[in-house]
Amino acid sequence: MDAVLLARIQFGFTAGFHFLFPPTTFGLTFIILFFESLYLKTKDEIYKNISNFLIKILGVVFIMGVATGIVLEFAFGNNWSNYSRMVGDIFGAPLAAEGVFSFFLESVFLGVLIFGRNRVSQKAYWFSSFLVFFASHLSGLWIIIANSWMQTPAGYRIEGGRAVLTNFLQAAFNPSTLNRYLHVLLAGWITGSALVAGIAAWYLIKNRHKGRAKLLLKVSLIIFFTTSILQIFSGHAHSIQVAETQPEKMAAFEALWETEEGAPFALFGIPDGSKQITYFSVKIPKFLSFLIHFDPNARVPGLNEFPKDEQPPVFLPFTSYHIMILLGSLFILLSLVGIFLFVRKKIWDSKWYHKLLIFAIPLPHFANEFGWIAAEVGRQPWAVYKVLRTADAASPVVPAGNILFTLIMFFFIYALIAVVGVTILLKMVKKGPQEPEKAEN
Amino acid sequence: METWDLLRNIWFILIGVLFVGYSILDGFDLGIGSLFPFLTRRKGDKETLYKVIAPVWDGNEVWLLTGGGALFAAFPHAYATVFSGFYLALMLALFALIFRAVSLEFRAHDLKRQRLWDGAFFVGSLLPSLLFGVALGNVIQGIPLYTNMDYAGNFFTLLRPFPLVIGFFGLTAILLQGSSYATMKTEGKIQEKSIKIAQKLWVAYGVFMVLSFVFSIIYIPGASKKVLAWVFTGIIVVCLILMKFALKKKKDGLAFLLSSLSFCGLWGIAGAIHFPNLVKASNDSALSLTIYNSSSSELTLRVILIIALVGMPIVIAYTTYLYKVFKGKTREEEKAY
Repeated sequence: MDAVLLARIQFGFTAGFHFLFPPTTFGLTFIILFFESLYLKTKDEIYKNISNFLIKILGVVFIMGVATGIVLEFAFGNNWSNYSRMVGDIFGAPLAAEGVFSFFLESVFLGVLIFGRNRVSQKAYWFSSFLVFFASHLSGLWIIIANSWMQTPAGYRIEGGRAVLTNFLQAAFNPSTLNRYLHVLLAGWITGSALVAGIAAWYLIKNRHKGRAKLLLKVSLIIFFTTSILQIFSGHAHSIQVAETQPEKMAAFEALWETEEGAPFALFGIPDGSKQITYFSVKIPKFLSFLIHFDPNARVPGLNEFPKDEQPPVFLPFTSYHIMILLGSLFILLSLVGIFLFVRKKIWDSKWYHKLLIFAIPLPHFANEFGWIAAEVGRQPWAVYKVLRTADAASPVVPAGNILFTLIMFFFIYALIAVVGVTILLKMVKKGPQEPEKAEN
Repeated sequence: METWDLLRNIWFILIGVLFVGYSILDGFDLGIGSLFPFLTRRKGDKETLYKVIAPVWDGNEVWLLTGGGALFAAFPHAYATVFSGFYLALMLALFALIFRAVSLEFRAHDLKRQRLWDGAFFVGSLLPSLLFGVALGNVIQGIPLYTNMDYAGNFFTLLRPFPLVIGFFGLTAILLQGSSYATMKTEGKIQEKSIKIAQKLWVAYGVFMVLSFVFSIIYIPGASKKVLAWVFTGIIVVCLILMKFALKKKKDGLAFLLSSLSFCGLWGIAGAIHFPNLVKASNDSALSLTIYNSSSSELTLRVILIIALVGMPIVIAYTTYLYKVFKGKTREEEKAY
């Protein structure tokens, strides 16, 4: 097999696996900070117990994120040496900054959270939980900065075939950074709150830790609902930006083969990029034009406007983009039902709803991964949009066989980590908060 | 000196500082990990040792990530050449680091397979400790390079005498660092054992020091003419002599300090004989990657210097706080959570 393709598969696999963990960390650190704040204020032990339990889960999730993140720090040198040479002047800085500003902070204070409850004052402990929350979110910002620069590069000029930095702030806060960051942030809070809501629902079904489970469900459901609603606006803003800054990507998302005035929004379809046909196509007329321009007759460029060798593939971006939207809508529906049950005071006894919540735990991960696939495959054939082709970015000296070999190794190692990690998390949840229940109701 | 060149020089030193930080801090937990089966077989003592490193190892490893990120940002060509060139060797180190990271967490929760995870932690610590030195030795001795800066050798090119000696020397230094930290953080039987191991490693350190010295004179032309390298060699020798007494008198804090200081000396020697090269070309010295032909633009070097100057003092401050929180002897009975 072709070395570039193998390198892409390897990066996709290792980055996609890694991407299971940081969003979960966003949501978990937020909820932990919330309960630590309540504990600091009220001194009620129940909040401490809940927080202790969540910190244990965070510990496992975080370490799997660390273990799989190390690989990515070096992946650009390993498999993408030409990429590193061509754009290292800009791309390396956010990675270094992530280490200096975020990763140190997160690691050190997670050490305090996990092992230091009895060694530091209550205030210092609360502040540690704040710093872990802050650092994990800041870490995400640096990574999104790096990745967004690949989507919508800015603040550089080309000099002797290399991209050279001309303005750091423009490069860091390029046209897609803030949109994408907000989108990932909300996705992370959805992921974390869905996890916590699912765990709480399981306790309710099993009739265990009832007092704490109710608290967990209440808090996580409110976050789940709010962030799912906010995600509509963030997703919409992000789509408008993509249509502006990477119009061929938007055309691929919607399988819009020809430019249209009054372009439709695809509800379903199986696009075939090579024939430029969409099978079983179901569309809402003029809705895409309306969504992007707030004008049902506005012109939206189709793939035909772009040179053949600059068109992204269509099937994967189209499919994953629409699955992501479908899942996002599902989260709104699911959390809305929860809020409804909550207001009607039926939520604690609605076993069917608890079961739904447990079933929903992995769904945000699918939404995250599909959204990410849509964004990255939709960027093809570029590694850096209109600057560097993916085909020119790989390491010329690494033979395909080596990449295949390490890819297989990654596959087995990550499969092992996934199985053991999930087993441990399940065991942790089954065990529940360590402290005994005190008159919980 | 032109500002750009000044920045390049500063970054050569700063990346050295990051590697020193990594060696001192992750050095002791890599060292303890690699010494596990030799330090103790008693279950309780094993738990104590894990507790010594558990709260701090992750922060320590960030020095490596930041060092890698800084190398990428400051000298992208060196980053690209080394990581694509030493592909299989560094992938092996990465696999080891993955196992190491998860095994520490998994062993505490997956009791059925605890021995398996203990083994993974041991191998995961040992392999990188050896491979880092081999990689460094290759970079310093020089590797064949193409005109486009890419590596022109293969996996076996890396296994030459000089890099292997440096590899084992690095491993010994890391083991010494680990055993002296274990000495400082434990008491009783396990401390006795740590001291004994440290004393043996002290001898091994001396042997590899002499070997590396001789090999450097043979394989690195001009190494003996670098005054700074002699100064750093002197510092290490003094550290070693003092360490002998520190270990004997059980001045465990001093022993650890000296071991850490000798890491500064080692990186000092490496920097002194290697400067201004980043990756030496063995086939044609004109092809070498230096801080001048491999660096980022002046603006990028300036930006990341600001990042480092703002960020690193804060990092050092709260890392010190972390060690203060967990200071003193680690005891078996202490609750983790």
